[in-house]
Amino acid sequence: MPDLGKPRRFLGGLYTAHASVGSLGAHLVGPVKADRGSQAVDERRIIRARQPQGFWMDYRSPSSVQEAVALLAAHDGAAHVLAGGTDLLVKLRTGFVDPKLVVDVKGIPRLRAIESDARGFRIGAAASCAEIGEHAGVMAAWPGVVEALRLIGSTQIQGRATLGGNLCNASPAADSVPALIAAGALCQIAGPGGEREVPVENIVSGPGRTSLARGEFVVGFRLEKPRQRSGDAYLRLIPRTEMDIAVVGVGVALTLDQTGVCTHARVGLGAVAPTPLLVAEAARALIGSRVDDKALAALAAATSAACKPIDDKRGTVAYRVKVAGVLARRAARIARERAAGR
Amino acid sequence: MNDVTMKGLGERQFNVVGTRPLRPDGVDKVTGRAKFGADLHVPNMLIGKVLRSPHAHARILSIDTSKAQALPGVKAVITSADLCDLPSEFIPAGEMMVNFRDMTRNVMAREKALYEGHAVAAVAAVSEAVAREALELIDVQYQVLPHVLDVAQAMEPNAPLLHDNMYTIGVEPRPAQPSNVAKRVEFALGDTAAGFAQADVVIEREFITKPVHQGYIEPHACLASVSEDGQADLWCTTQGQFIVRGFCAKLLGMEVAKLRVTASEIGGGFGGKTVVYLEPLALALSRKACQPVKMVMSRAEVFRASGPTSGARVWVKIGATSKGRITAAEAVLKYQAGAFQGSPVQPGCMCAFAPYDLDNVRVVGFDVVVNRPKVAAYRAPGGPISEFAVESVIDELAKRLSLDPIEFRLKNAAKEGTKAAYGPKFGPIGLVQTLEAARSHPHYRAPLEANQGRGVASGFWFNIGGETCATLNLGEDGSVTLVAGTPDIGGSRASLAMMAAEELGIALDKVRPVIGDTSALGFNFLTGGSRVTFSSGMAVIEAARDMIRRLCERAAKVWEVPVEDVVWEYGHACPANGAGGERKPLSLADIARTAGKTGGPIVGNAAINAQGAGPSLATHVVDVEVDPETGKVTVLRYTAIQDAGKAVHPSYVEGQMQGGAVQGIGWALNEEYIYDASGRLENPGFLDYRIPVCSDVPMIDTVIVEVPNPRHPYGVRGVGETPIVPPMAAIANAVARATGIRFTQLPMSPPRVLEAIDAKRAALAKA
Amino acid sequence: MPKHHVTATINGDPVEFLCAPEQTLLDVLRDVLYLTGSKEGCGSGDCGACSVILDGRLVCACLVLGVEAQGCSVETIEGMARGDVLHPLQRKFLEQAALQCGVCTPGFLVAAKALLERNPQPTETEVRYWLAGNLCRCTGYDKIVRAVLDAAAEIRES
Repeated sequence: MPDLGKPRRFLGGLYTAHASVGSLGAHLVGPVKADRGSQAVDERRIIRARQPQGFWMDYRSPSSVQEAVALLAAHDGAAHVLAGGTDLLVKLRTGFVDPKLVVDVKGIPRLRAIESDARGFRIGAAASCAEIGEHAGVMAAWPGVVEALRLIGSTQIQGRATLGGNLCNASPAADSVPALIAAGALCQIAGPGGEREVPVENIVSGPGRTSLARGEFVVGFRLEKPRQRSGDAYLRLIPRTEMDIAVVGVGVALTLDQTGVCTHARVGLGAVAPTPLLVAEAARALIGSRVDDKALAALAAATSAACKPIDDKRGTVAYRVKVAGVLARRAARIARERAAGR
Repeated sequence: MNDVTMKGLGERQFNVVGTRPLRPDGVDKVTGRAKFGADLHVPNMLIGKVLRSPHAHARILSIDTSKAQALPGVKAVITSADLCDLPSEFIPAGEMMVNFRDMTRNVMAREKALYEGHAVAAVAAVSEAVAREALELIDVQYQVLPHVLDVAQAMEPNAPLLHDNMYTIGVEPRPAQPSNVAKRVEFALGDTAAGFAQADVVIEREFITKPVHQGYIEPHACLASVSEDGQADLWCTTQGQFIVRGFCAKLLGMEVAKLRVTASEIGGGFGGKTVVYLEPLALALSRKACQPVKMVMSRAEVFRASGPTSGARVWVKIGATSKGRITAAEAVLKYQAGAFQGSPVQPGCMCAFAPYDLDNVRVVGFDVVVNRPKVAAYRAPGGPISEFAVESVIDELAKRLSLDPIEFRLKNAAKEGTKAAYGPKFGPIGLVQTLEAARSHPHYRAPLEANQGRGVASGFWFNIGGETCATLNLGEDGSVTLVAGTPDIGGSRASLAMMAAEELGIALDKVRPVIGDTSALGFNFLTGGSRVTFSSGMAVIEAARDMIRRLCERAAKVWEVPVEDVVWEYGHACPANGAGGERKPLSLADIARTAGKTGGPIVGNAAINAQGAGPSLATHVVDVEVDPETGKVTVLRYTAIQDAGKAVHPSYVEGQMQGGAVQGIGWALNEEYIYDASGRLENPGFLDYRIPVCSDVPMIDTVIVEVPNPRHPYGVRGVGETPIVPPMAAIANAVARATGIRFTQLPMSPPRVLEAIDAKRAALAKA
Repeated sequence: MPKHHVTATINGDPVEFLCAPEQTLLDVLRDVLYLTGSKEGCGSGDCGACSVILDGRLVCACLVLGVEAQGCSVETIEGMARGDVLHPLQRKFLEQAALQCGVCTPGFLVAAKALLERNPQPTETEVRYWLAGNLCRCTGYDKIVRAVLDAAAEIRES
C-alpha cells in the first residue's frame, strides 16, 4: 500500500495528497536523488505526498552552541542544520528533505574557527574547505586531509562546503571522510545531553544516516599533532579530472621508525560500502613492514577484500574492488614518501 | 538570385574578411548585460510549469485538473485539449525532418506517455511555489505499459509497440504488422559483392553508441504574451525564431503574422533548440490567462524532456587490396529516434563513407522508436555515429595492411569530381589538404611514451544553404544597420557585419548588426546546418550589392551622368575611369545626407534560397595515455585540421573546431544517458552526465585549410558541424594503439576500458 | 512563512531586499534585484554559471540562501567593469574570442577574477583546475584558458 504521507495544512484548509486509482505506477513515484556527495542507493519517494518544496521552511542563525541546541530541540527532528549548504540546498530543491526550520550554524564563532595548540588542531565544523585548505599548519601536518577536502566538488563548492556537512550528509563517497578516518580524527558533538567526542569512523551508520542522536550536531573536529616521521595521503578515482563523486576513495596515514619500518598505520576507504570504512586488515598489512612492494600488494589485497560495493551509474562492483587496491597502493607510497621526508 | 560565382577567388584581397576584430555584441556578453531566454521579466507575469510523466510508457486514461484550477493563484491549466491535433505532415527543421502529428504529441502527450518526462499538463500561476503546488493537484490516471529502451530489442518481433499505426516505410512489400521501425533507407553504388571478392583484406565490426545530449548550458526558456484579440509576442531562446513562429502558429491554430517571435541571445543550441517544447505551452497558457507566462526548464527537465541524439548499433564492413585501395564498403545503421520517428539515420547513411572515393558502396539504415525522449539534431546529426564506426574500421584496415593511417586515407580520399554514395559529384573539397597538413604537422612526429597512443580520423559534413533574408538600412549619417534573421549562436553576427563592411568598402565599426524578430524580415530558415556564415553571409553580400546599386544611382543623379559612369570603390561612389573630370567621390554619409532629395531612404535587401553550400572535411590527430590499472584515458594532445573555404573571422572558425572537438571527446569518453530498469533516467544532471571540464582537456591546436567554395562570393564553407565528426574515432584509434584493444562501444569510460585491459591480460596469461 | 528582510552590499552598493527563506541568492539576484548577469545552468552547483564572490570567496549563488547574504558583500559580473572601463579579463576574453554563445562567460569571468586575486601567476594547469567548476560547451576551454593567462600577465605588468 503506497504511503500517502501526512496530511498537510494549506492556507487554512486541510487537504490530503491523494493517489489516483489504477496500477501501482499511478503515483508520481520517482527516484529522488540528492546530488552532491550523496548516497549511492536510490530512495523512491512518493513525490505527490510531499509538501511544496521549502514552503514551510524558516531560517534562524544562532550565535552560540546552546542557542543552536535549543532551536533543534524545539523542533524535534523537523529542523536541519545548515553549514555550507552545498548538500542541503540540493536536497531542499529536489524535495529530498523537508525541514520546518533551517538552523544556520555559521554564525557561531567556534564553528568557524581553526585553532592549533600543543595537542594538535581543532577545526570548526562550519569552516569552509577553502579556509581549511589555506591553513598552513593543517596543510603541513595533515596534507592528506587537506588534499581530500580540496577535492570536494569545485572551487565554488569548496568556498562553502564544510567538514561537518561532508560527514553528516553521510554519503559513502564523501571525499574528506576516508582521510579523516586515516588521520584518526575525532568528531566533537554537541546536543541536549552536553558534548561528547566520537572517532569519525563511528559517525556514518548507513547511506544518509548518522549515529547522532536527535538534536545533536557536529561542532568540530580534532586532529592530533602527527607523530614524527608520519605522512598521510588521499587518492580517489573519478571518470573525469574534477567534479565527480568518488568512485573509490582511499586515505592512508602511516608512521615510520628511524629504520624505515612502519609502526603505525590507518587506512580509510570510501565509496565501496554503505558507509566509509576503517580497514584494520589493510593497516595490518603495512605495520611491521618497510612499505615495500610485498607489503603494498598485501595492502591492496586487504583493501579490495574489504569492499562491499554496488553497481551504480558511477562504477561497477568489479571495478571498485580492483581500483580500491590500486589506489591503496598508490596512496600508501605517497604517505611513505611524506613520512620519510619528515 | 542564387549562384553568385566569383572569378579568381584565390586572388581576391580582403580588407576586413580574414581579420580578427572584436565582436559587436561582445561587451554586452562580458558584462552580463546581454539578455538570454530566462533573463526577461515583464509586469504581471505568471510562472508556468509542466507536469511530466513518471512512466516510460503508459496509456493516459484520464486527467483531472479541477483541483489545480481551483487553487488560489493558479490562472490557467492546459492539457493536450488546448493544442491543435495536427495530421501527419513532414517538414524540414534544420537538417532533420519533423512531423506535425508527432510534434503536437511530443509537446504534450495525447493518447500515451511515451517516455519518462513526457509533458502531460501545464499550469500558470502567480509564483513558482504555487505552480509547483498546482502540479501536485493534477490527477493523472495511467495504465503503465511495458517499455523498450534499446534499439535492437525494439526491433524484435514481440517488442512493446509504441505506435500501433507504424508500418515500416521503405520496405517491399509493406509489412502486415506494425512495428517500432519507422523507416528503412538504402544508398548504394556499384556492386559490393564483386568488390569484396576483389579485396585482399576484409574487416567487419559492430559498434554500439549511447544517446548523448547537446549539453547546452542554458536551459530552454521563453516568455509568451497573448492579447485578448489573439495577437501574440513570444520571447524565447531558439536557433530559429521563424521556425518557432511556424510551429507554434500551427499548434495553436493561429495565423503566422499574428505571432511575433523574438530570439533572445542563445546560450548554446548545437541543434537542440531547433524544435519547440515550452513555447506552445507558454502561448496556450497565456492565451487562457490573458497574462504573460514565463517558462524555464530545470536542468533535469532538459535532460529528460528535450532532444538528445540517437544511440545506435552500427555494423561496418570494408574490403581493400593489399596495396591499400578500398574495393567495397557496407554498413547497416540502426538508430534510435526516441518516442517518435525521425532519427538522423538518413544523413548518417549518407555521410558514412562520404570522405572516400568508392565504386562499390551499400548503406542501409533503420529509424527505430523507443521509449526515450524524441531525438533532436546534435551537430552534424547522424554523422558522428556512422563515421565513428567507419573511421575505426579504416584504422584497423590501415594497421592490418601495414600502412600509415594518413597514407591509407590519401589513397582513397574523395576529391573534386568524386561521386558520393549518396548521389552528387563533389565540387572542390579539402580532404586531401587536411590529410597532408596532418601528416606534416609536428604533432604527427612527436614521440610517444609507454601507455600512450596516437589516433587519426577524418570527417565529413554536407552543410546546407536555405531560405534567408537580410536588410541593410542606411542611416542619415552614413552608418549602416544590418538586420539578419538567423540567431547568433557562436559569433556569426560579427562575420556578417564583416562581410557587409567588406562589400561596402567601409570600416567594420560603421555597421551595426542586429538579429531581427519575425516581423522585421522575410522568412529565414534556422541557424543550423552550418549555414549562417554561408547563407546569411550570401544574403548580406547580396543586400550590400543591392545597396551599392542604389547608391550609385543616387550619385549618378547628383552628378547628372549615366549610372554606368559611376563605380563603387573603397566605400565611395566614384566617377568611372575618365568620365566626369574632377568629381569628388561621394561617401555613404554624403549620399545619405541628400537621400530624401534624390529619391528617398536607401535600403539594400536580399531574399534568397542559398544554394551551393560546400561540404567541409576535416582530419583530427589525438594523443592519449591509458592508465592500465584504472582504465582512465587522458587526452594529452589534440590537433584539429579543417577546410573552411574562406575563414571570415578565423578566431570563430577556430572556436568551432575546438568546441566540436571537445564535445566529441566527451562523447567518446564519458557521456551517456543511463536508465534504470523501469525506464527512468538516472543521470539528469551535470554531476552524473559528464561533459568535459576545463581540466579534462589540453589546448586544442587548430589548422585552417582554405579550399574556396566557388558557389559563395567569398568562398565560404560552413564549418560548425564537421568538428564533432572525427573525435570519437580519433580517440578510439589512439586508445587502440595505446592498449592493443579495439573499443567498439562508446563511451570508453574507465570501468569498460579496465575490464577490456584485464580480459586481454588474462587471455595472454592463459595462452 | 513571511519573508526575511536582508541588507547586504552588492558590487559595492548597499542593498536591501525581501526574500523567502527557501529562495537562493541566485533567485534573489535574478528575480528580485533583476541582476540577470549571473545565470542558472543547473541549480545544483555543477556548472558554475551562477558564480559570484561572497565575502571574498568564490561560490555558486544557487547553493547560498538569500537570507545567508545578510551583512555580506557580494560581487557579481555586473560589478566587474569600472564605469566604461572593462576589467583586463573582460578585455582579454573579447580579444581572444574566449566566448561563443556567452552564457557561461559571466561565471568564468567572476571565477577567473577570484583566481587572479589569489594567485596572480597561475600556470595553465592551475587555471584549468581552478575553473573546473565552470562548464563551457561551446569553446572547448582553449581560448578561455589563454585569455585568463594573458590577463594575468597584463595585470602583473601594470
